[in-house]
Amino acid sequence: MCLAVPGRIVSIEGAAGLIDILGVKRKASLELIDNVKVGDFVLIHAGCAIEKVNRKEALKTIALFREITEEWKEI
Amino acid sequence: MAGVYLKDKSTGNEMVTLAHGAGGVQSSELIHKLFIEKFSNSVIERMEDSAIVDLPNDGFHLAFTTDSFVVNPIFFKGGDIGKLAVCGTVNDLSCVGAVPRYLTMGFIIEEGFPISSLEKISESIAATAASCGVSIVAGDTKVVPSKAADGIFINSAGIGIIKNNIAISCSNATPGDIIIVSGGIGEHGAAILLARDDLGLQADIGSDCAPLNNMIHSVISISKIHTIRDITRGGLAAVLNEISGQSGVGMTILEDSIPLRKDVSAVCEILGLDPLNMACEGRVVLIVPPSSAIAVLGALRNHADGSGAQIIGEVTNGKQGRVSMVTSSGGTRVIFMPSGEQLPRIC
Amino acid sequence: MERNLIENLMEAARKGFPSERFEELIGSENGHVFRIMEVCGTHTMSIARYGIRDILPSNVKLVSGPGCPVCVTCNGYIDAAVEIAHQKDVITATFGDMVKVPGSACSLAVARAEGCDIRVVYSPLDCLEIALENPGKRVVFLSVGFETTIPPIALMIINSRKAGISNISVLTGNKTLPAVLEMIVSEKDRLIDGFLYPGHISAITGTALYERIADKYGMPGVIAGFEPMDILQAIYLLLSNIIVGRNVAVNCYERVVKSEGNKKARNVMNQVFEQCDAHWRGIGKVTGSGLKLRQEFSDMDAWRVFNMKEIETLELSGCICGDIIMGRSMPGECDLFGKACTPENPAGPCMVSSEGSCAAYYRYRI
Repeated sequence: MCLAVPGRIVSIEGAAGLIDILGVKRKASLELIDNVKVGDFVLIHAGCAIEKVNRKEALKTIALFREITEEWKEI
Repeated sequence: MAGVYLKDKSTGNEMVTLAHGAGGVQSSELIHKLFIEKFSNSVIERMEDSAIVDLPNDGFHLAFTTDSFVVNPIFFKGGDIGKLAVCGTVNDLSCVGAVPRYLTMGFIIEEGFPISSLEKISESIAATAASCGVSIVAGDTKVVPSKAADGIFINSAGIGIIKNNIAISCSNATPGDIIIVSGGIGEHGAAILLARDDLGLQADIGSDCAPLNNMIHSVISISKIHTIRDITRGGLAAVLNEISGQSGVGMTILEDSIPLRKDVSAVCEILGLDPLNMACEGRVVLIVPPSSAIAVLGALRNHADGSGAQIIGEVTNGKQGRVSMVTSSGGTRVIFMPSGEQLPRIC
Repeated sequence: MERNLIENLMEAARKGFPSERFEELIGSENGHVFRIMEVCGTHTMSIARYGIRDILPSNVKLVSGPGCPVCVTCNGYIDAAVEIAHQKDVITATFGDMVKVPGSACSLAVARAEGCDIRVVYSPLDCLEIALENPGKRVVFLSVGFETTIPPIALMIINSRKAGISNISVLTGNKTLPAVLEMIVSEKDRLIDGFLYPGHISAITGTALYERIADKYGMPGVIAGFEPMDILQAIYLLLSNIIVGRNVAVNCYERVVKSEGNKKARNVMNQVFEQCDAHWRGIGKVTGSGLKLRQEFSDMDAWRVFNMKEIETLELSGCICGDIIMGRSMPGECDLFGKACTPENPAGPCMVSSEGSCAAYYRYRI
C-alpha cells in the first residue's frame, strides 16, 4: 500500500495544493503535513501529501546514485 | 434543421428520438442532413440499398475489415468517436498493405442523444475521411431506447486494395528482424483517463489517433516489410505478444528505447498503470529486415505521425512467443499479454 | 535544478546498478544463501518491474512477506463488500486493487456486471464529492491498506463530519505491520537474514520499530524507497551489515523518512481509529494488528450499519500461502502453483493480487 509519487506544489488554496507531478497536475490535501509553501516538493499518496521531500537529502541521493553508475563506467 | 425536433427539457438542445430510427420522414431527414450531405460523394448520394464501387481487375487482392467503436467519453482531447471510427478501419486496412478506399458507417444511437453532438461526430468523420482519401459510401442508423446504448456506438467496415506482390503478415517476423514503433505509446489511453473527471488529473495530453495510410504506404513503397500491426486497446504489450506468438519467435526490447512522453509516464506512475498496456490509436509496430531498418525509420520520421519513431528491439531465436524486456536498470522481465481491465492501484 | 529535482532524481534512480558490486561484496560467501524479506506490495512490484533479481547474485534471495494488503484481506471481507454492494441505493467506492479480487463466491467486478454501482476512486477524499452528489444514496468506502493509506482515509472521515455529510459508511479492513513483523522475526528457525522495510509506511510510522527489531531480535534491516537504485543500494548496504553481523536498521530513504515519522498524520489516524485484532489471510488471527472505528464514529461503521460479520472461509487444500507470506516457502514450491493456481484463476491470496508473491513470481520468472 505504498504507491506514492513526488511532486511540486504549484499553488495552495485553503487546505489543498495543486501539485505538478512531471507535467501532470492534481489537487491534493495538505492536511496531513505542516509548514509547506509553493515550490516545496511533497510525496502524494491517495490524493494527500503524506510527507515533504527533503531537498538536501534528495540532492545527496542523486549524487550518490550518479556516483555509483559513473564509478562503474570508469572500470 | 427543418422538421419536428424534440428538445431536451433541461438544456434546450435538440435530441435524437426513436422517430429518427423508425425509417420514415424523420430518419430520411436526419440521414440526409447529417450524413449524406457531409460525407458527400457520388456513391453515397445515389442512396441505393448497397454501394456499387469500382475496383481494379488485375494484379490486386481485396482487403476487408470491420471494427466497432464504443469509447466513453465520446469527445476527448485529440479526437472523438467519429475520428476513431475512420482511423481504426483505415489503419487496419493499411497494416496488411492495402490502400483503403471505401468505408461504411453504422450508427446505433441512444434516444435523447443531442443532435449537435451527432452533427459534430459526422463532421469529424467527413473531415478525417477526406484527409486520408477514403469515401464513406454506405451507412445505417438505428435509434434505441434510453439506456439501451451509451450515447452512441459506431460500427465501421472498410475495403482496400492490395497489390499482389505485397505480403505483409503477422506470421512473417523472422529472427534478426528489427522492431520499430512509430511514436510515443499510451497517449490515447492517457487522454481518455484524463477526459474522465473522476480521477482528477490534468495534463496537456491528446489522443494520438490518426489515419496512418499515407505514412504506411510511403514505408511499404521503399522497403520490404515483414509485419505491420496497429497498437490499440492492449497497448504495445499486446501487439508484441500477438506477433511473436503468430510468428513463433522470441523478442527482446529495450525499455530505454521505447518512446514515451514524460507526462504520459507520470499518469501511469500516479495510477500504478503499465505504459506498455495503455491504448494507442495512431501508432504501429513494424517488423523489418535489418537491412531496411534505417530507411524505414527515416521514412516514418518524415511524416508528422511518425516523427517519434524509434527502434525498440529485435526478433530473436528465443523461446517462441516470449517477449523479454531489458529494463532501464539492466534487469530483464517478461512482457505478458495484458489480462482484463487495467485499473488504477494504490499499492 | 530546482524545477528538475524530481526529474533528475528519477533519472539517476533508474540507471543500471553494477551487479559486479554485489559479487565483490559477497564473493567469499558463496556457500551461504542470503534471504531478504520485503514487506510491501509496492516493493514486490518494483522488484518485478525492474528485473532486480537479475542484478542480484543467485545466492541472494528476495522473499515477499505479508506486505500486500489486498492479498491478506480475507474472503469474508470481499463477501461482505459484495453483499453490501447489492443493497438498494448503495454506491460502493473502492481502490482499483480490490475490484478483481475473488471472494468465496464472486468479486466486485462480477457484482458490477450484475448492475451494482461500484466506483473506482484514486483518493478516499473523492467519497465526499460522490456523497454530496448523491444525497439519496449511501456511499460505502472499502477501507483497506496499511499505515500509508490509513491517514488519508481517516482524513476523509473527519472531513465528512466537518461538512455534515451523513451518507458515508466505511467497511474497515485496515491492518498494521508491527505485530506481524514481530511474529515473523520471533519464529523459531527463522530463515530470514534481514528485512527490506517499506519506505512509505515508514514515512508515517517512523523507524523506531525497526530499531527495536534489530536490537531485540538481532535482525538487521534497511528502510528503502521504491526506485530500482533505492532498492539495490539498500540491499547492498543490508548485505554488508549481514556479513559483518551488524544488527542495525538503516534509513536509506532519508529524503522522505524521518526517524520520528509524520506525527500529524498519526494523530489524524488515531483520532478516528483504534487498535483491534485482525485476521490475515494465510496467517490467521494476529493480535492488535487491525484497526476499527472509534465509538464516536460508529454511525459510519458499515459493519454495524449493514449488520455484517466477516465470516472466515477455508483455503483450497494444498494452498501454502501462509508459509509463503511468512517466508518459510517460495512460490514455486506450492503444488498448486501454475496448475490449479494461476493469475487468471487464483486459488490463494498470493496469486490473487498482481503484486502478491506468487503472481509476481509467475509473471516475471517463468
